[in-house]
Amino acid sequence: MNRSRCNLTVRGPAAVDLTLEVNGLDRQVRMEPRATLLDTLRVQLALTGAKRVCDRGECGACTVLIDGEAVYACMTLAVECEGRSIVTIEGLAGEEKLHPIQQAFIETDALQCGFCTSGQILAAKALLDRNPHPTSDEIRRGVSGNLCRCGTYPKIFRAVERAADLLDRER
Amino acid sequence: MAIIRKQQVEVEGRWHEEEVIVEQDDLAPWADERVMTHVGRGRPRTDAEARVTGTAKYTYDIAPAGMLWAGILHSPYPHARVKSIDTTQASALPGVRCILTHDDCRHIAWNDHTPLLTDIARFHGDEIAAVAADSEAILADALELLSVEYEELPFIVDPVAALAEGAVEIHPGTDPGGNRAAPPTEYSRGDVERGFAEAEVVVEARYRTPAAVHNSLEPHGSVAMWENDLLTVWDTTQHIFGIRAELAEKLSIPLNKVRVISQYMGGGFGAKNDLSKATALAAIMARKTRRPVKLMLTREQENLASGHRPPAVVDVELGARKDGTLTAIRARAVSTAGAYGRYPFSICGAMHELYRCDNVETVQEDVFINTGPSCAFRGPGYVEGIFALDSAMDELAAALGMDPLELRLANYAESNQVRQMPYSAKHLRESYRSGAAAIGRHERSSGGEGRRRRGIGMASQVWGGGGAPPSYATMRVNADGTFDLATGTQDLGTGTKTVMTQVAAEELGVAEEKIRISIGDTLACPYSLLSAGSLTVPSVSPAVRNAASEVKRQLLDLASAMLETDAAQLDIRGGEVVACPGGERKLTVDEVAAKAGNYMIIGKGARGPNPTDSSVNTFGVQFAEVEVDTGTGEVRVLRVVAAHEFGRVLNPLTLSSQIEGGVLQGVGYGTLEERVIDARIGRVVNANLTDYQLPTAMDTPEITSLFTGPPDTVANNVGAKGAGEPPIIPTAPAVANAVYAATGVRIRELPINAARVLEALRDGGEE
Repeated sequence: MNRSRCNLTVRGPAAVDLTLEVNGLDRQVRMEPRATLLDTLRVQLALTGAKRVCDRGECGACTVLIDGEAVYACMTLAVECEGRSIVTIEGLAGEEKLHPIQQAFIETDALQCGFCTSGQILAAKALLDRNPHPTSDEIRRGVSGNLCRCGTYPKIFRAVERAADLLDRER
Repeated sequence: MAIIRKQQVEVEGRWHEEEVIVEQDDLAPWADERVMTHVGRGRPRTDAEARVTGTAKYTYDIAPAGMLWAGILHSPYPHARVKSIDTTQASALPGVRCILTHDDCRHIAWNDHTPLLTDIARFHGDEIAAVAADSEAILADALELLSVEYEELPFIVDPVAALAEGAVEIHPGTDPGGNRAAPPTEYSRGDVERGFAEAEVVVEARYRTPAAVHNSLEPHGSVAMWENDLLTVWDTTQHIFGIRAELAEKLSIPLNKVRVISQYMGGGFGAKNDLSKATALAAIMARKTRRPVKLMLTREQENLASGHRPPAVVDVELGARKDGTLTAIRARAVSTAGAYGRYPFSICGAMHELYRCDNVETVQEDVFINTGPSCAFRGPGYVEGIFALDSAMDELAAALGMDPLELRLANYAESNQVRQMPYSAKHLRESYRSGAAAIGRHERSSGGEGRRRRGIGMASQVWGGGGAPPSYATMRVNADGTFDLATGTQDLGTGTKTVMTQVAAEELGVAEEKIRISIGDTLACPYSLLSAGSLTVPSVSPAVRNAASEVKRQLLDLASAMLETDAAQLDIRGGEVVACPGGERKLTVDEVAAKAGNYMIIGKGARGPNPTDSSVNTFGVQFAEVEVDTGTGEVRVLRVVAAHEFGRVLNPLTLSSQIEGGVLQGVGYGTLEERVIDARIGRVVNANLTDYQLPTAMDTPEITSLFTGPPDTVANNVGAKGAGEPPIIPTAPAVANAVYAATGVRIRELPINAARVLEALRDGGEE
């Protein structure tokens, strides 16, 4: 994590004002320094696509992209994120159409209850951004930080393969 | 027309007789040869877009204006008396709006005789106090500021020890006493002593299964809001109408003053069948504070207090002749309700049904111990029981020198031996054949001498899955030719909305896109059963089909008036009113709907009665191939072939997802998952997702799903049966039997993890 760009001058315990760049927009929030990025997104910004499940960096349901990297938002303090680019699931689709990864997840039925899906899709996005043609083993490893209790993994693997194809066609 | 009749009802593997009022179902089952346009096609989920864009609102995401955040303080001790609770400091914290302790909830009984918030903690995690505050941060601080003085009491966490003379009593003075949660469940048929006397080979062993926690990714919890005298509750539940009834009773308010909503839920797996304390506490605190209240359990509380598959110890004895014919089955199971669990699930049920045997005797004991309450978990009882039975069958095959599949075929049950009636359909032989071929059972050799050894094992499955009345649906026609379909069921992540839409479109003859389905709202939808026990598809889809059929009848009546022809000469296909027979187009459905305008066409459909002279069940088999590293003990499940029969397949895409999910939960149960209690202190030591190990992408085998058999036209008018539980049931014993095939060592305790494998290998394999 690139800490040199973080503004860690804030002091608690009282709430502080922060400006966060979320899905391309500057958003003003007021949070206690102990607040995680996850809680800030969900409570202050009503971006509830990232889920709280384990709250200890184990399950990946809270995954967001920070400067393009998949990050557990429950393990990240909001105050660490000033000056960085945050993308949540709500920011992935274009105005007119879904992102190809979202489209691939729908077509291949790579979701059951859907509670982990936001995180799975963003983990897949980070993987495909750095490796557009992953092997099946790389796909497994790429989403292995994201638990799915419904056991949708076989379909998620297929969705990532399909998404790689769709993205290729767009290029 | 309503008829009153007695029927055998199966819920989560338990049968009971009850009197029900049902509507006669006059709709003929869809014929085998009918060409289907919508049903049977692999369709993506109707609500998939909401789920991939983060816009689907789960209970955890609901936040009405002015909402308070609530939480529960739980006991750190397995058994303790609450001597005092000092709320002074917490109350003084700015932003704390409500604190409840047992004194505030004495009038609300829970689990028969205990209060909603207890003054005697009976497990690590028992609910002691609840707080509501302006923010989660204030809530966390307030919970820490509550000061509770406990007097620790002796405790017991071992189910077998709980039955011993002089064991600590967890509910003294209650029936049947002696830590029994229920009287022993006994079953016998034939003469088991004679059966063993006739046996030429007898195997006998004890099998142990762990406590497994559902760990749905969305924890239990609710948002409760009062508007004047109407209570609205968003709840992550498998039974909105059940929650409505339970809440109305606990709060002493009328049914029509409670609205329960469950639009999206993050998994359930059986843990969300009943009213959660979180829901009741949220409703009470919302009433007291006059503000909406959200109370979601923490992951730790989800692991401690929200239910689990209880651990079981199962002794099995099988007798057989040399040709493999079973002559006797005897079993004794000890399982546990935890400190409060509601009812025993049938661990021995599978012993009565799965294989043909004239002489069977089983007994099951369910005891109270100082752990969280147990509850249904996907295939409750049958998962534990079939691990024991199908491991024992494998041991019997080895003792007989017989092929495990041949042994199962030699004891094929042609009819339901408990209910003494035929099955509505059973094609397990075909599943055995197709599954064995798909895994390549005979082409692959097992065992070997190297460090990594491979083996293939198998196990069978029986479960209900026939569904039952009552369940209802309504369907309305809009003036633009679209349809509103409503049924008070729930979608746990199974794709309920999608398959119900397909069924309605098929019956009505219109495009699926024209139909919008509403579920999960007691105000907007008619009653449906709980979504558990593989009930949803076979209970709700026939009601949906009936509602669509009624709408079609009314549309054709109107069309016949418009065309001045007999309605019997008309049909609807592809959104058009056509001549029947003949097929030439007369009108579009849109034109009929436009003509109707605000004249309301409403169809109501009910689930009809179950057949009385045959037993509706699901059957299946799974073959698992494993690789065991004899150096490290690591077991990798490489491939699973799951061959099951569910009658008519409504949507092969979503059904295959459900099969894969069941298999993966079975792999978790078989090789990874185990709630661990430190017996010295009675505390759960892995109440989190780091130490309680769920299967990950890296644990995922290659899974092949095979669907066997034609539609079950005896079961219901759609011909489909439930698929929720069957796929988890045979996985763990198939893995255990594969480990035996690979290594020659028999592991009789789950999970089969590296430590157990190494220990078994060290102890020398064959005993």
